[in-house]
Amino acid sequence: MTVQIRIILAICYIVGAPVVIGLLDGFDRKLSARMQGRRGPSVLQPFYDLKKLFEKEFLSANIMQLFMIRSYLCFIVLSGILFFAGFDLLLVVFALSTSAMFLILASTTTHSPFSTQGTHRELIQIMACEPMELLVAVGFYLATKPKTFNVANIVLNSNYSNIVFLPGFFIGFVFILTIKFRKSPFDIATSHHAHQEVIKGVTSEMVGKEYAMVTLAEWYENAILYGIVGLFLINKNPFSIIGAIAVILAVWFLEILIDNTSARVKWQLMLKLAWGVTLVAAGMNLFLLEIIRS
Amino acid sequence: METLVTALICFPFLWAILPACVHNSKRRAFFVYLGCGIVMILSIFTAIRWYIDGGQTLNFRLPFQEMFGHIFLVGDVLLMCFITYLSYKYKRLIIAVLTIVSTVVPTLLEFVGPKLPNTYTMRFDYLTFIMVIIIGVIGSLIGIYAVGYMHGYHIHHHKELTDRRSFFLAMIFVFFGAMFGLVTSANLLSIYFFWEITSVTSFLLIGYTRTEEAITNSFKALWMNLLGGCGLAVAICAGYLWLNTVNLFDMIRLAKINPGDMRYLLPIAMLAFAALTKSAQFPFSGWLLGAMVAPTPSSALLHSATMVKAGVYLLIRLSTAMVDNCVGNMVSLIGGFTFLAASCLAISVTDGKKVLAYSTISNLGLIVACTGCGYEETIWAAVFLVIFHAVSKSMLFQCVGAIENTTGSRDVEDMQGLMSIFPKLALILMVGIAGMFLAPFGMLISKWAALKAFIDTKSVYVSTLMVMFICFGSATTMFYWTKWMAKILGASKRPKSRDLTKKNEYISMFFHAFLMVTLILGFPWLSVNVLKPLSREMFGVVEQVISRQNIIIMIVLLVGIFVIPLINYLMTKNTGYRQVLTYMGGANAGDNMNFVSATGDPREMHVANFYMEEIMGEKKLFTPAIMISTFIIIVYLIIVIGGTLA
Amino acid sequence: MSTIHKSPWLLHYDGSSCNGCDIEVLACTTPVYDVERFGVINTGNPMHADIFLITGGINSQNESVVKQIYDQMPEPKVVIAVGTCACTGGIFKECYNIKGGADTVIPVDIYVPGCAARPESIIDGVVKGIGLFKEKAAALKMASKAN
Repeated sequence: MTVQIRIILAICYIVGAPVVIGLLDGFDRKLSARMQGRRGPSVLQPFYDLKKLFEKEFLSANIMQLFMIRSYLCFIVLSGILFFAGFDLLLVVFALSTSAMFLILASTTTHSPFSTQGTHRELIQIMACEPMELLVAVGFYLATKPKTFNVANIVLNSNYSNIVFLPGFFIGFVFILTIKFRKSPFDIATSHHAHQEVIKGVTSEMVGKEYAMVTLAEWYENAILYGIVGLFLINKNPFSIIGAIAVILAVWFLEILIDNTSARVKWQLMLKLAWGVTLVAAGMNLFLLEIIRS
Repeated sequence: METLVTALICFPFLWAILPACVHNSKRRAFFVYLGCGIVMILSIFTAIRWYIDGGQTLNFRLPFQEMFGHIFLVGDVLLMCFITYLSYKYKRLIIAVLTIVSTVVPTLLEFVGPKLPNTYTMRFDYLTFIMVIIIGVIGSLIGIYAVGYMHGYHIHHHKELTDRRSFFLAMIFVFFGAMFGLVTSANLLSIYFFWEITSVTSFLLIGYTRTEEAITNSFKALWMNLLGGCGLAVAICAGYLWLNTVNLFDMIRLAKINPGDMRYLLPIAMLAFAALTKSAQFPFSGWLLGAMVAPTPSSALLHSATMVKAGVYLLIRLSTAMVDNCVGNMVSLIGGFTFLAASCLAISVTDGKKVLAYSTISNLGLIVACTGCGYEETIWAAVFLVIFHAVSKSMLFQCVGAIENTTGSRDVEDMQGLMSIFPKLALILMVGIAGMFLAPFGMLISKWAALKAFIDTKSVYVSTLMVMFICFGSATTMFYWTKWMAKILGASKRPKSRDLTKKNEYISMFFHAFLMVTLILGFPWLSVNVLKPLSREMFGVVEQVISRQNIIIMIVLLVGIFVIPLINYLMTKNTGYRQVLTYMGGANAGDNMNFVSATGDPREMHVANFYMEEIMGEKKLFTPAIMISTFIIIVYLIIVIGGTLA
Repeated sequence: MSTIHKSPWLLHYDGSSCNGCDIEVLACTTPVYDVERFGVINTGNPMHADIFLITGGINSQNESVVKQIYDQMPEPKVVIAVGTCACTGGIFKECYNIKGGADTVIPVDIYVPGCAARPESIIDGVVKGIGLFKEKAAALKMASKAN
C-alpha cells in the first residue's frame, strides 16, 4: 500500500466517519421510534444535537476535564487513522484502550457521585470488552496467510472472506458491540434513553462542548468498530465491499432490535455474559483455528 | 574485568560490616550513603567498561578460584546450620529437613562424586550487563531511601519496635553482594550459594519487626525459597551424576543439542522450578504477599531490583533450552496463569502495597510466560519488562511508603485527590503507574510481542491457553491501574498539608522518575544497542523483532501519550468557563464534598472505587489459583521425572 | 445559525406537586404524543438540559434545590412552569410551607396552566419555549460580542 493511498484513506476517515456514523445514528433513532410506534425525530437530529452542544455556554466543575476529553478525542481519531490507513490491528486495539483511559480520568476529576458510579461501570464495560477486541486481532492474525496483524495485508492477502475461518470471533465481537454501542441490555454506564439509571453516567459532569466532543469521539470509535465488522467480510475482491456493507447494516439493525426488545441487566451479569461468550465462542474458534493452522 | 567483578561481589559483603557495627545514627547514615554510592559507581563502571571493550561475552575464573570454592562450601554449611538452628528454635522442623537435604547432598557429591573438568566459573555478557546495572543503580537508590525511611519508621510511627536499623542496613548490602554474585556466576555451585544467601537474607528482612505475623510470614518465605533451593540441588546432582558438568551454560547447551532426551531436560526443569519459586509465581506467591509486613525499603528491594529478579534472570538464561518442550510449556502456563490470577486479585484489594504486590506477581507472570515461550520476540519483551518493572516498581513502593509515612495510611481509598494535597508524591506515583502499564512496555510493546509469539507457539493447547490468559489478563490489569489513577487525580476534600517526606527519599524517587522518562525516550537506542546483541548472543541471528513501521507507530503513540495531553492542556488552560457545582440532585451543601442530608445538616459525601470482592475477592480466588497452579506444576514435573527414569 | 431550537433537551423537576402533572409530562414522551419528533430528549441532567420544566409549587425545602439546578444549566435556557401549582402555587398556595409558583425562585418564561395540565398544552408550551430560544441565542451572541 502506498503512502498516498494511506493518506487518502485516513482523510476519508477523518471527514467521512462523523457523517456516516451520525447518519446511521439518526436512522437508528428513527427506526427505534418506528419500532415503538412513534414518528421519531429527523434523521439529521444527531447533527443538530452536536452543533447545539458546541454552541452552549461552557460550565465546568473542574477545568482539568476539558483537556482530558480533548486528549480522548485525539487518541480515538489517532487509532482510527491507524485502522483505516491499514496499519497494525493489535496496536489499534491498544490505542483504543489507552484512549478510554482518558475518558475515565476526565470523568473522575469532578468528585461527583453520579459520574463516579458511571465511571466504574464504564471501567467494567471496558474490562468486559477488551479480551474480545484483542482476540479479534489474534483471529485475523491466524486466519491470514502469511500471518499478519497488518490491516492492509489482511485485506490484500485473503482470497476468501475471513469470516469463513472466524465465525466464533464474529459472534463474540457482535455480542460485545452491544456493550460498546451502549445499547440495552448493557447500557449500564450511560444511556441515550429516557430511563437513565445513573443520570448520564460517565458523561454526567460534561457540559456543552465537552459532551459534544465525547459524542464525536464515540462516533469515531463506532466507525472503527463497524470497520472491524467489515474486515470480517472484505477480501482481495473489490466486490466484497458490498458484502461488508450489507453485513454492517445487518449488524446495525440487529443491535437496534436488541436495544428495543430487552431490559437493562446488572453489571455482574454483563461481565459474566461478555466473558462467557468470549471464552466459548472465540475460545473454541481460536482452538480450532490453531489446529487447522498448525 | 576479573578483578572488577570480584570487587563488585566482595565489596558489599565486606562493607555490610560497617553499618552493622556503627550505631551512631549520623555516622551510620554516612557509611550507608558512601557504600551505596560506591556500589552504584562500581557497578556502572564495570558495566560501561565491559561495553566499551566491545561487549564480548567473557568467560573467566575468579582469581583465587579454589579459595572461593572453599568459602562457598563453608558458607553453605554455615547457612544450613543457621537455618536449622532457627527452625529448631521456632519449631518448624520441616524447614530444617529442606535445608539439610538440599545442602548435604550436593556437598557430599562435591567430595565423593566424579571429578569435574575445570572450566570457567563466571560469565559476563549482555544479560549480566543489564542485571548488574539494574541491581547497582536501583538497589543503591533503595539503600539511600532506606536511611531516611527507617528513621521516620522508628522515630515517628513504630516506637514500640526494637530499633535494629544497623542490622537492616547491613542486610541490604549483603543482598547486593549476593545478587551480583548470582548474575555473574556460571557455576551452579556458586549460584546455589548466592541463591541461599538471598533466601536467608530475605527471610531476615521480612522478619525484621519480630511480630507474630512477621515471623510467620518470614518462615513462609523461607520454606518456599528453600524448596526452590532443593530444585537447584537436584540440578547439581544431575550435573554430577549424568552430565559431568555443573556449568549452567554447558547444561543449557547439552539440553539444546539433545532435544527430547529427558535426562538432559531434568536439570533444566529443576532450575526452572527453582526460578518459579523465587519469582513468586503461583502457587508460590504467598511469600511475596507476606513480605508486605516488612518495612517498605525491603519490600521495594525484594520486589523490584533483586530477589524476584533472580528467578526471572535464571529463566531468561534457560529460555533457549525451553523452546517448545514440556518445561517451556510448564513455565509459560504458570506464568500466564499467574498473570491473569494475580491481576484479578489486585482488583479486589484496597491496601496500596498489596495492590503493588499483586501487580508485581502479575507482571512477573508475564515475564515468566515470555521466557517459557523462549522465542526471540518474547525474550526481547521479557528483558524490556524486567528493566521497566525494576524502575517503576521500586519507585512505586518508595512512593507508597512515603505516602504512608506522611498521611498515616497506604489505603488506595485514602489517596482521594492526592494530586491536590501532595502534588510531588502524586506526580511520582503517576509516573510510576504510567511506566507500569501505559507507556510503552508494561502494556503496549511487550504485550504485542508476547501475543504474537504465543500465537506462533507450536503446542496448540498452550498457545490457545496463553492467548486467552494474556487477553483476559490485560483487561483486568487495565482495571486496577486505571481506578487507582482516577483516585489520585480526583478532587479532594482535604486542604494541602505538610509533607513529611525526607529529602533523601525525594532524591531517590526523583532520580527514579528521571530514569523512567529517560528509558522511555531512549528505548529505540536500547533496543538496537543492547537488546539486539543480547538476542544475537542467545539465538545467533539478528532479526528485527518488530517491524520498522510498528516501531514508528509505537513511538507516535508513546509521544502522543505525553504530548497530546500537554498540548491540549496548554490550549485549554485559559478557556473561559463558569464554575459550577457537580450534580448531586441539587442537594450540594455549598460545595462538591458535602450534601444536605435528610435531617437538613450537611454531610460529607464519600466516593469509593469498585473492588468486586464477590467476584474477584481473595477468599474466592486465592485457593483455587493455588490448586490449579500446583496441579500444572506437578503434572509437568511428573512428565519430566518419569521421562528421565523411563 | 444556531440549532438549539431543533434539539431542546428537557429536564423535568417535580416540586411539591400531586404527581398529576408529572404523569402528563411523561405521557408526552409516549407514542401517542411523541415529543421526540421535535428533537426533545428527557435528560435528567441539568448540565445537558436546555429546558427546565417544573411541575408543582415551591416549598422551603426545594427552594435551594431549584435554584441550584437552574444555576447548573448552561445558557441559553428556558424555564417552563407546568400546571397551576407551578404557575401560582395552586391548591397548595395557602399551606404553611409553600412559597408559591416557580417564579418566586427563578425567572419563568412560559406558563402552562391546567390541573393537571394536558399533554397537548404541555407540548404547546414546549414548542413556544423552543420559539424563545432563537431570541435568547441571539441575545447571548450580542452579549458575548459586547464583552
